[in-house]
Amino acid sequence: MTALKLELRGITKRFGSLVANDHIDLTVEPGEIHCLLGENGAGKSTLMNVLYGLYEPTSGEIVVDGQPRTFRTAGDAIDAGIGMVHQHFMLVPVFTVAENVMLGEEETKALGWLDRRRARKKVLDLVAEYGLAVDPDVMVEDLPVGLQQRVEILKALVRDAKVLILDEPTAVLTPQETQELFRVMRALRASGHSIVFITHKLKEVKAVADRITVIRRGKVVGTAEPSASETELASLMVGRPVDLVVHKEPARPGDVRFTMDKVTVVDDLGNVHVDGVDLELREGEILGIAGVQGNGQTELTEAILGLRRPAAGKITLDGRDLSTLSPRKTLEMGVGFVPEDRQHDGIVGEFTVAENLVLDLVTRPPFGGGVAINPKSVRENAYKRVREFDIRTQSIDSPAGTLSGGNQQKVVVAREMSRPLRLFIASQPTRGVDVGAMEFIHQRIVAERDLGTPVIIVSTELDEVVALADRIAVMYRGRIVGIVPPTASREQLGLLMAGVDDPALLAAAAGKPDAEADGTTDSTDTTDSTNDGEEGQA
Amino acid sequence: MSDETPAPETPATPAKPDGGDRKQPSMGKQIVDAIVTGNSVVVTFLAIVLGLVVGGILMVLSDQEVLDKYKYFFADPGDSLSASWTLVKNAYVALFEGSIVDPSTFDSNYAPFILGPISETISQATPLIFGGIAISIAFRAGLFNIGAQGQIIAGAILASWMGFQFDLPVGIHLILVILAGILGGAFYAAIAGVLKGRFGAHEVIITIMLNYIALYFLSWLLTTDAFQRPGTQQLIGKSAHSNATLPRLFGDELRINLGIILALAALVLYWWILNRSAMGFELRAVGSNPEAARTAGMSVPRAQVVAMALSGGMAGLIGVSQVMGPYNPAHSLTTAIDAGLGFTAITVALLGRTSPVGVLFASLLFGALQAGGSRMQASAGVSIDIVIVVQAVIVLMVAAPPLVRTIFRLKGAHSGGEGALVATETGGVGGES
Repeated sequence: MTALKLELRGITKRFGSLVANDHIDLTVEPGEIHCLLGENGAGKSTLMNVLYGLYEPTSGEIVVDGQPRTFRTAGDAIDAGIGMVHQHFMLVPVFTVAENVMLGEEETKALGWLDRRRARKKVLDLVAEYGLAVDPDVMVEDLPVGLQQRVEILKALVRDAKVLILDEPTAVLTPQETQELFRVMRALRASGHSIVFITHKLKEVKAVADRITVIRRGKVVGTAEPSASETELASLMVGRPVDLVVHKEPARPGDVRFTMDKVTVVDDLGNVHVDGVDLELREGEILGIAGVQGNGQTELTEAILGLRRPAAGKITLDGRDLSTLSPRKTLEMGVGFVPEDRQHDGIVGEFTVAENLVLDLVTRPPFGGGVAINPKSVRENAYKRVREFDIRTQSIDSPAGTLSGGNQQKVVVAREMSRPLRLFIASQPTRGVDVGAMEFIHQRIVAERDLGTPVIIVSTELDEVVALADRIAVMYRGRIVGIVPPTASREQLGLLMAGVDDPALLAAAAGKPDAEADGTTDSTDTTDSTNDGEEGQA
Repeated sequence: MSDETPAPETPATPAKPDGGDRKQPSMGKQIVDAIVTGNSVVVTFLAIVLGLVVGGILMVLSDQEVLDKYKYFFADPGDSLSASWTLVKNAYVALFEGSIVDPSTFDSNYAPFILGPISETISQATPLIFGGIAISIAFRAGLFNIGAQGQIIAGAILASWMGFQFDLPVGIHLILVILAGILGGAFYAAIAGVLKGRFGAHEVIITIMLNYIALYFLSWLLTTDAFQRPGTQQLIGKSAHSNATLPRLFGDELRINLGIILALAALVLYWWILNRSAMGFELRAVGSNPEAARTAGMSVPRAQVVAMALSGGMAGLIGVSQVMGPYNPAHSLTTAIDAGLGFTAITVALLGRTSPVGVLFASLLFGALQAGGSRMQASAGVSIDIVIVVQAVIVLMVAAPPLVRTIFRLKGAHSGGEGALVATETGGVGGES
């Protein structure tokens, strides 16, 4: 195949008064993995949407192999050899892989009969060529996320894409799936494709990029080599020196405040999500719950809040039984809860920032208490929290749905931390949040611990759990398979996350040095991704 | 920007047990979104203009005399065009004179004549205001209350019974009648609320079925001795005592009555509930994002029951004004007591975009069309049914803002400004299809 050189020259994109892209120059050489690094809201996705023909640039030009091109629709971009994998997949769940890949380019026989065999064969050819193992006959809805993403990549390849844009592809992946994706990306590079990889995760950039362009507030602020340190990259991205290490004193655990005793959570369909979990949490300590997504962590936190009633077992906070309380009662007892999926469960997008900042507080003084809300105190609270948590919003009356994800998360965290707490639970507290905000949220969580509040952090990002937690409990298929100190090796944690609790193996792993981000062993990778798949179909 | 974390909800995670409506917003929610976000004042105004234009075309098409003139259109286009113009102009002048003011009455110097049309408009608008609030309040909680008809009937039955069964002093009697009407409607709607909230049954289906139950229950009631007017075989109820009726505000010659005061009070109450009360906050949260509301400790079923009860209470007030108002001289029940207002109410809420001010103006507009329509029929000889067509076209256009934008070549409301910002924030993939 002929490789393709892509240049963006002086791309500017305005939305009203907002300049999303400001004279951006970017050159993607054939056969390179070019990383576009930037905070949330920096203008990365806008730029790629311009490139993909979804937005028309206000000024500037796109040059393909020396020829200036105008893309009015995504179809034009596809014709020019550009393919895009969106963060949100554009797949038909009830179609097979082959059908999805062929969608829009159906091969037909006489009388418009679909030529499924040819479609299958095309998919299989691509699978063989790039090592993108996926069964063409499986329904897309039965595939784990990592494989769905692969189908998206196949879709682009089948349309002869030579430049692939991957928009935050790792946001939805487990660490193992991420490694798999990197392998695929390298294979594509080897065959002459170039890849634009959009992300804000520094480790990934270093692991896979050939060249790095950093965007901040709509402008290119610099290029970097993958050899640059994470701290350098972070500073370039945020525009100020950033501390990537969570600073905290050793925990000074006090009395046991929170307990779970053989808690089991079963859903309406009879699936057991949490299976006899015992936990103890002391005053002033952070318990990290690690595990691959979908191993019961979500259900565990929901049971604590009262969104799910445990089928068995007892949950107590300061001696009071929580397992039969409603979410409101639990919240009123002094539980702060940051849900895993903020857009879904954390904020009401149509409500203003001010309203979201009191979403679970309106029934209490000073915001309410009787029948009426006190609008003045709601506004005062909003001004205060916006300043305190550096929530970037046009005004406190903007709908929260218009904020960037990181700022939405700050709204949720601000709300849940702005009252005296007896227990703080945060699921994925920094998912989708950029480095600057992450630093801030981590500091707040540690500060809350230092006030004496017991804290539970659930995260699928091992780095986050290791950095924050004083003890780490690893969940696998609804059980706690081990509780280890944060000094445990990655190897050991990886094995636990894969459900291995053989003491001999773990002891062996404990002795090994920490594995690097892209260096986890292959055996762990495969066990984990298959497990993940099985969970999904259970 | 591309920060919005994709929902971890994937086939790889086990389905949530309560997951039915997790991904797909409920129909009520979709409708509310369409109403609240899809429109602008401009679109509404243009929809009204279009409605009147379509009404005019229909007048011409339904008038044989004018149509005959079109047979020689190419020989003498002026004749047919001027005839059409005269027809439509006369009709709309009559519509205006019947609903706002008739200049020819100025000479009379007699206030009831001059104020008559506006009094008619307001009187016609009164039940529509209650209805618009009723539907809007349910909309805001994410529920589509199709059952206003049944709730009107339930309210009317209780109010009427309270009105004829007892003979109480001035003031007290009316207050009890009003309370009975509210209770009747609220209770009847709460049935749907409970079925929805506790058992997940779809409110649209339930309320439609409850409409039939109410309607035929009323027909049966009107055959019983307890309700049927003595000495008749017709399905007509007993007349209420005069203390139970809504008094007219400015003498017997103007139909404007206490109902409008109640309606305005209800609008203020509606505004307060939505914007200032903790309950309204919860209703809106549940309507907008039930999952987040639940996580924030709100009880979704409770909010749904409350929203339906409030909605039904408002519909019950229509029942009161239908029995005790000026358009029902006998102040008695009939099987047509709801007069289709339960459905007109939906269009009022749509047109008013569920806001208190919007509902007020939408009600006044529809009230004016109704009031002027009678005059139009009487003096211009154009059927009052045209008014219904005009209303229907307006609502159709308001329900499909892109259509109006296309007709008038308006720029999409989402070009530039905040809309674009939203698009950027969410990665802008919405533009792809």
